[in-house]
Amino acid sequence: MAAIVRAHGIHKHFGALHVLRGVDLEVAERELVFVIGPSGSGKSTLLRCLNRLEEPSGGRIEVDGIDMLDRRTDINRARQRIGMVFQSFNLYPHMTALGNVALALRQVLKLPRGEAEGRARAALERVGLADRAGHYPGQLSGGQQQRVAIARAVALEPRVMLFDEPTSALDPELVGGVLQAMRELRESGMTMVVVSHEMGFARAAADRVVFMDHGLVVEQGAPEAVFGAPREERTRAFIRQIDRH
Amino acid sequence: MSWDDFALAFFSLDILRQACPILLSGLVQTLLLSAMVVPLGLFGGVLLALLATVRSPFVRWPLMAWVDVFRSLPPLVLLIFVYAGLPFAGLEVSAWGAVAIGFFLNTGAYYGEILRAGIESVPAGQVEAARSTGLSRGQAMAWVVLPQAVRNMLPDLISNTLEVVKLTSIASVVALPELLFQARQAQSVTFNATPIVAAAVAYFVLLWPVVRLLSRLENRQLAGRR
Repeated sequence: MAAIVRAHGIHKHFGALHVLRGVDLEVAERELVFVIGPSGSGKSTLLRCLNRLEEPSGGRIEVDGIDMLDRRTDINRARQRIGMVFQSFNLYPHMTALGNVALALRQVLKLPRGEAEGRARAALERVGLADRAGHYPGQLSGGQQQRVAIARAVALEPRVMLFDEPTSALDPELVGGVLQAMRELRESGMTMVVVSHEMGFARAAADRVVFMDHGLVVEQGAPEAVFGAPREERTRAFIRQIDRH
Repeated sequence: MSWDDFALAFFSLDILRQACPILLSGLVQTLLLSAMVVPLGLFGGVLLALLATVRSPFVRWPLMAWVDVFRSLPPLVLLIFVYAGLPFAGLEVSAWGAVAIGFFLNTGAYYGEILRAGIESVPAGQVEAARSTGLSRGQAMAWVVLPQAVRNMLPDLISNTLEVVKLTSIASVVALPELLFQARQAQSVTFNATPIVAAAVAYFVLLWPVVRLLSRLENRQLAGRR
């Protein structure tokens, strides 16, 4: 299978801090890769390097055949192919759910208003929130906000979706709806890279689990392998801790 | 001084009738002046606030100096300097031109600082979300950051606008016939303070609704924070 994401030798320094120390990550088309690891392991930074929200200090990143680090690459065009969902939703509070989803359709894809809103409505429908199109983020629960954020990214029909701890800021009873939306996205064949602590979801849905620690990929493999029979001691220690909760 | 003398000196209906046309023309000038300097100041403010988002020290330091200078100078001094000082450099400016330049510099600096604080009050995640969907830096600023910055800063923006409208009275020193200038004219012709009282009442009637609106907004923001 062809790789959609090819990241090689990614380094990232924040001042004196060496957060990523040469990470390789390849993601095949339609694959769901789960990235786990203790906080500070660099997993979120890696994700944010993939769409260049964070500028890597070194390495090569190719997404859907586009060299993300080439100065000549039109980064705004490239980002249309890479959807991202954030831990804190980051919905625009001054726009309705529909407005949130339609903004990039209108401003980036330059669709006329009617067409943009039609596509935005369809995207909201996919996450089960068609009836909340006119609501402002402040009028929605955290779970609903996160589903709107998913719709906002999906509406651009990206080739790959990045999820940065999408359920960490949610009350437990609201997590299910978000995971459901992600599961449906997965079933539609979307390529996904997910940074998350939702181990149950990882076991059920992931094709591959990548364990990171101290800015390096320590171990990776099928979920049964990584969770059931981890080879590295650091992986074992981390999974023991997670399972206790 | 008897009550009748007092009433005659400050509240003479007869004088008011005589001064009415000239006061009205002054009021119109004040409104026109406000309609010029408020947008001009806002434009200058947006410009400064956008420049403030540039990190380069070559922009940052001159910008800081600019804002500091024009916030420190008394607006009256600035206006007189532009009107009476620039001609020495061979630059003749009309009264309107001098007011436009003076207010652009002074008011722009104040609006700029308010908007800069507003821009900084918008969480970084907002820009990240916008950029992650392919919006350019400028589009993210225009559609996501500035609308929130203006909304967060609305009470301060309105408050500053109140000050600006009141400040248009300094245009009287460059003989621009706005409300205060005309009231002073009428007062010196009639030897009576009624026109000044009338001007004060006109300012009050003009601005009091804005003051009320401002109070309501401030209370709502306080309530929102609770």
